[in-house]
Amino acid sequence: MPSPRSEFLSGVKALLPILLGVIPFGMIYGVLALGAGLPAGVALAMSSIVFAGSAQFVGAQLIATGTPGVVIVLTTFIVNLRHMLYGASVAPHLKHLHPLWRWLLAYLLTDEAYAVTITHYNQPGASPSSSASKHWYFLGAGLALWSTWQASTAVGIFLGTQVPASWALDFTLTLTFIALVVPALNDRPSAAAAISAGVVAVLVADLPLKLGLMVAALTGILVGLWLERNASGALRPSRPLSLDP
Amino acid sequence: MTLWLIIIGMGVVTYAIRLSPIVLLERVDIPPVVRRALRFVPPAVLSAIILPGLLRPGGTLDISLGNARLLAGALAAFVAWRTKNVLLTIGAGMAALWILQILIR
Repeated sequence: MPSPRSEFLSGVKALLPILLGVIPFGMIYGVLALGAGLPAGVALAMSSIVFAGSAQFVGAQLIATGTPGVVIVLTTFIVNLRHMLYGASVAPHLKHLHPLWRWLLAYLLTDEAYAVTITHYNQPGASPSSSASKHWYFLGAGLALWSTWQASTAVGIFLGTQVPASWALDFTLTLTFIALVVPALNDRPSAAAAISAGVVAVLVADLPLKLGLMVAALTGILVGLWLERNASGALRPSRPLSLDP
Repeated sequence: MTLWLIIIGMGVVTYAIRLSPIVLLERVDIPPVVRRALRFVPPAVLSAIILPGLLRPGGTLDISLGNARLLAGALAAFVAWRTKNVLLTIGAGMAALWILQILIR
């Protein structure tokens, strides 16, 4: 059986290639959180308190546009809901652990850490006895991602303080979202969800409390579900859009 | 102060989502409709943020060639579609915005 130490190091190693994509994202988050008007301390704290890339990008944007806190927290809930699937999927593997371990690993449960860890748990030939120290692998992957995310957002925040406001860096947030959404619109239900949500958001932008965002997002999700249900043929496998640390 | 409350609220919600299925050891059954809805969350939420940012940059609807953000965003969408490259999309969009702001002024 592999030792905790070797499991931990394998977890770190499995995450290394993914870090190449995470570092620029963390830096972009840091730069544009400041561009959106967040104080450096708040922008930095968000990386450890929330520790979820997509929610942090969306949160920074909503704070910048003066959205009420309740709506921001609700939006965070919707954006991060997919983590519940990850939790449900790793839960059986963590049953034997002390609660402190489970609370720690839950904090480190991101798109990337989940992806490498569940692959490790599900390796062919895995038996309950061979998975006894695999939580160290999860910890290695999770901590590698966590420390990289903290460091890269800190670098981005430092760079952000050097940039004058006339550069309109707040626009990089919109551009980041465009870069993430457009390539993912490769089937009709997704495209329809995006278009309907966008159009509704423009039409109802004057609703009080910035509720237009929720109304628009729910409209898009319902349109997507409705079209998918009516589409002939098999469901497409879902490809989660990953921008989490 | 309010900002800190918002961040802590975001953190609590995120942690609760990650922790609840792990701690509630009974199999948490996520309704199939929620499972299927999840893949529409990113396009719907992000596009609901993008489009008002492009079409209502000053808070009022502006569909004209004088709207630099709309033009730069359209170019960025094209670059994103062709290259699927995040950094290239951001670079092209920002370059377009800066050039257009000079031209339109």
